[in-house]
Amino acid sequence: MRSMMVRGIRIDDTFAEAFPMRATAVVITADSMRWARQAALTMTGFATSVIGCGCEAGIDAELSSRQTPDRRPGVRALIFAVSTSELQKQLQNRVGQCVLTTAGTACYAGLVGEEALKLGSALRFFGDGWQISKRFAGKHYWRVPVMDGEFVCEATTGLTKNAVGGGNLLIMGRSAETTLAAAEAATKAISAVPDVITPFPGGIVRSGSKVGSKYKAPASTNEAYCPTLRGAVKTALDSDVGSVLEIVIDGLTETAVGDAMRAGLAAIVKLGPKRGALRVSAGNYGGKLGPHHFHLKDLLP
Amino acid sequence: MTPLVLALRSSPQERLDLSPLVPHRLAGKTAAEISRLQLDTARDPVTVADIFRLRAGDAGHIRIEGATDRLDRIGQDMAGGEIVVEGDAGNQAGRAMRGGRLTVEGNAGHWTASAMRGGHIEVAGSAGDRLGGPLAGETAGMRGGVVVVRGDVGARAGDRLRRGTIIVEGRARDHAGSRMIAGTLVLRRGAGRLPGYLMRRGTIVLGESCDELSPTFVDCGAHDLVALRLMAAFVREHSAAAAAALRPPLRRLAGDMAVLGKGEIFAVME
Repeated sequence: MRSMMVRGIRIDDTFAEAFPMRATAVVITADSMRWARQAALTMTGFATSVIGCGCEAGIDAELSSRQTPDRRPGVRALIFAVSTSELQKQLQNRVGQCVLTTAGTACYAGLVGEEALKLGSALRFFGDGWQISKRFAGKHYWRVPVMDGEFVCEATTGLTKNAVGGGNLLIMGRSAETTLAAAEAATKAISAVPDVITPFPGGIVRSGSKVGSKYKAPASTNEAYCPTLRGAVKTALDSDVGSVLEIVIDGLTETAVGDAMRAGLAAIVKLGPKRGALRVSAGNYGGKLGPHHFHLKDLLP
Repeated sequence: MTPLVLALRSSPQERLDLSPLVPHRLAGKTAAEISRLQLDTARDPVTVADIFRLRAGDAGHIRIEGATDRLDRIGQDMAGGEIVVEGDAGNQAGRAMRGGRLTVEGNAGHWTASAMRGGHIEVAGSAGDRLGGPLAGETAGMRGGVVVVRGDVGARAGDRLRRGTIIVEGRARDHAGSRMIAGTLVLRRGAGRLPGYLMRRGTIVLGESCDELSPTFVDCGAHDLVALRLMAAFVREHSAAAAAALRPPLRRLAGDMAVLGKGEIFAVME
């Protein structure tokens, strides 16, 4: 594959192929940032890939008390799914099991979308008839009595059909240590970009997959990027690459995903090849499946 | 934008019905057509020209100068725009209002905001009985919007309130929030006897004490609730003084247990 050399790092002349998704956002507040973050981490924990989790989710931003409806510290979390019905199901289950249950939390709409998804209007039934409806300034809230007081939850949140899932960077380094350093630098930079998440643990995935399997499974390991199989398969790796990590990016808009990839690439390039990556590539399916193509050459710093 | 000005010539002999003088009904009408509109409530016909000096302007912004408490139904069915009343308003100001903004710079009469559905009403002075309440035979009172009264209000403020928020910076007389169905009633200076009488659902906030609390309200303890923060943030946009009444912790009293009992009164800790 042709590549460009940017400050000693080989950038493949390729593109990330991304797909349309449905997405929503919620703002979770609590008495302290610790508990807001705890609720959000629990809600988005098992949400790395739509293949096995039903949705992809993560924390978009931490919000100060001045930025939240109830003037308490909070977190904005994004949830992505392949259909509206699946997104509704995942939202209801995850907020119901992970946010409602967390001490002191409240949950609000985090997105104004073209359509609405049920949030409090689905969870209110936990109140068993004691739930209270309140409307202020065009917003509708449900107050559900719980053992530490009340769980306040906005009735609905917004849905966008313009979300994009599957932006990605494949980071290749000499060792596991330097590759992880480059990936960490990239995820840190991406975390500052609004309206995007990196749904895998710590924002990084080591088990990049290909479609299909010799077994009855929808996906399996991408052996072309496994360094231990370099001599045994048709590899995509150079001889100096000893470790590969991937960052998958979902965003509320195509622009947000592009901005996130740009920020990640810039951080990798800034770290340099000695302490970080030797090469950066991106995953695609030949460009025939996903309508969103993010060419690395267009995103270079 | 120059407002359409209606300056009262002299105090009218009879009560007048000003419900035709709302922005959406005047839109597209000439000054001559507006002058011919009838406002009478008795046998003799009374037109706008008989009562007011008209200064043409944007019908979306109406200014009534020299108003008295004989001018009833100001802003009735109003759907948008703005009406400013320089002086007092009679009964049923803003009745069944759906949108827009009605400002009364003096006092307002009984049934102000009666069966209101949306929009914003502000009364700089005091308001009479049954603020937001239904007329005889109606099943619900105010169903949306915001009403702010800077002074005191009469008896049964928020009667059968169904939705929306009423903020009173002064004190309410007896039976405030009677038969409430839902909605929010904030009374910064407290209330007279039996607030929340027969309320089913909804929220009453008493910034100060009431003369007598019904024994059919039960004490649920003092709480610092997130909902009060949301309520305070909303109320603060309209009245910083009334928002102070929502400073937690507040004692929550559930009732009226004589009926459904799913309403609540938040009262200051004593």
